[in-house]
Amino acid sequence: MGIIKVKDLIYEYIRRDEEGNVEGITTAVDDVNLDISQGDFVAILGHNGSGKSTLAKHLNAILYPTEGTVWVDGKDTQKDEYIWEIRQTAGMVFQNPDNQIIGQIVEEDVGFGPENMGVPTKEIWERVDESLKEVGMYEFRHYSPNKLSGGQKQRVSIAGVIAMHPKCIILDEPTAMLDPKGRREVIRAVRALNDVERITVILITHYMEEVIYADRVYVMDKGKITLQGTPREVFSEVERLKELRLDVPQVTELAYELRQDGFPIPKGILTKEELREALDACAGRMSEKARE
Amino acid sequence: MLRDITLGQYYQADSIIHRLDPRVKLGSTILFIISLFVFDGAAAYAVAAVFLAIVIKLSKVPFRFMVKGMKAIAFLLLITVVFNLFLTPGEPLAAVWRLTITKEGLQLSVLLAIRLSFLIIGSSIMTLTTTPNQLTDGLEKMLGPLKKVKVPVHEIAMMMSIALRFIPILMEETDKIMKAQLARCADFESGNIIKKAKSLVPLLVPLFISAFRRANDLAMAMEARCYRGGEHRTKMKPLHYARKDFIAYAVVLCYLAIGVAAGHLQAILPEIMKIA
Repeated sequence: MGIIKVKDLIYEYIRRDEEGNVEGITTAVDDVNLDISQGDFVAILGHNGSGKSTLAKHLNAILYPTEGTVWVDGKDTQKDEYIWEIRQTAGMVFQNPDNQIIGQIVEEDVGFGPENMGVPTKEIWERVDESLKEVGMYEFRHYSPNKLSGGQKQRVSIAGVIAMHPKCIILDEPTAMLDPKGRREVIRAVRALNDVERITVILITHYMEEVIYADRVYVMDKGKITLQGTPREVFSEVERLKELRLDVPQVTELAYELRQDGFPIPKGILTKEELREALDACAGRMSEKARE
Repeated sequence: MLRDITLGQYYQADSIIHRLDPRVKLGSTILFIISLFVFDGAAAYAVAAVFLAIVIKLSKVPFRFMVKGMKAIAFLLLITVVFNLFLTPGEPLAAVWRLTITKEGLQLSVLLAIRLSFLIIGSSIMTLTTTPNQLTDGLEKMLGPLKKVKVPVHEIAMMMSIALRFIPILMEETDKIMKAQLARCADFESGNIIKKAKSLVPLLVPLFISAFRRANDLAMAMEARCYRGGEHRTKMKPLHYARKDFIAYAVVLCYLAIGVAAGHLQAILPEIMKIA
C-alpha cells in the first residue's frame, strides 16, 4: 500500500434551508480510487467545482468520507486516535496565503506546527531554520508576514508544513492567488522538495503548466476521476480535455493544431524543446521529399 | 501604506528595559500604579518622579513619545483638575466669579494631576518597550495559575495574538471595499451623523462576511497544523527569568520601600524637629 490510498470514496454535502430541512444533496466526490506511492509527484486537475479541493481535504482528515475509506500511511482517517498523526504525516497548504499564517513574525509562524506537536524548544529552532532555508526564505525570518509578497508568503506556509517533517504535502491550489512570478517561485520550491527530500507531493491546480513535471496526473470532473496517466498521456487527449473545459499548455496546443493540419508531429508534446525537435524532424523529412 | 502601521506603540531600541522579561515589565507597571495611590506627601512623589526619570533614561525612548500618550487624556486631566480646584470645600484662597478656590482644592488637584500623568507615562513606558506579542506571552504566563479555576488563559492569549495579526489585513480590506463602493457612487462623507452611520452599512456587511470567511479558513489551517489548544504544546520562545529580571524586581521593591519611607519621614519630620 502506498503512502495514501483512497478506496471508493464518496462525499456528500447536505444543503439545508433556513429551518434546517434537507433541501438537497450534492455529491462532491463520487467513487474515487487513488493509490499514491511514497516520493511521487502527483497532480490533480479540474475546473472549479470538480471536487478536487474536497478530495484534498480528505487526505489529512479535515473532512471524513460519507462512504469509502481513506488511509494515510496505513492509518484510517476516520479513526479519532490517528487524527494528529495523520495531520502530521500529510501536511496541507491552502489557497489563500493570508488566511493560513498564524504568527506575527515569519519564524514564529513556521514554528507553530512543531509547537503544537510538542517538539522541544531547541529542536523547534533547528527545524524552523532548516525549513526556511529549504524554501529560500531564511533571510526573511524576522519579517512580518504582512510585508511579504504572495509568493513569499506561500513559501513560508510551505516551510511551516515542512517543519512538521511530513511524509507528504498536499497543496490545494497554492498558486491560484499569485502573480506569474510568485507561481514560479512556489512551484520551484515544491519541485525541489520532491526531488531532494523525496517528500510525496500532491498538487491540486488548474494551471496546466504546473503539472508537466508530475509523475502522474489525475483529471477530475463532477466528482469523478475522468482521465489519469503520465502528463504526456493526459495531454495527448486534447479533445477530451477541451470537453472538460480545461486548457492544455500553449506548446501542446500549438503541436495539436499543427497535427490537425496534417503535419507529422507526435502526440503529447509538453515542452518547447520537444516541439522544436519535432519541427526539425518534420522539416528534414519535408526537404528530403522535395529533393526526391 | 496601511500594512506598515505598527500596533500598540512599540518603539524599537536596544535597551536594558527592552530586554527585560515582559512579566517583569507588566508586574512592575502594576506595582508602580499602586505606589502612586499609596504614596503620601510631596517627598514620596519626588521619589516617584526620580524613579520615572531614571527608567525613561534607561529605556532610550525619546520623551516626546511618552507625551504623545498624555495628549489622549489631556481633556480628562483638565476636567479633573478644574472640578477639584473649584468644588472642594475648605479654606478659601481666591474667588473667581461665584466659584472659590480652596487650599484643599488646590492640593487635591495638583495631586490628581501628578498621579494621572505619572500613571500614563508609566504605562506607556511598558507599551513602548514591549511588542504586543511579548505582552501576550507575558500575560499568558502570568495568568497561568488561573487555568486551575478553568479560565481559558491560553485561548485568550491566542485570540489576542491572532487579532493583532489580522488587524492590518482587515484594515487593508476595509480600504479596498471602501474604494470599491466609492467607485459605485457610495457617499461616506455628507449628511448628519445618522445618515453617515447608515452609509457605513454597505461597508460593514462585506467586511464582516469576509472576516468570517477568513476566520473559517484560519481555523482549518490551524487544525491542519495539529493545533489542539494549549495542552501538550511546547514554546518556540519560552519565557525564562534571567538575573537581570530578578534585579529589576528588587529595584522596584526598593523604590516602593523608599517612597513609603520618604512619605512617613516627611509626616513625622515636624515632630522630630520639635523634640530636637
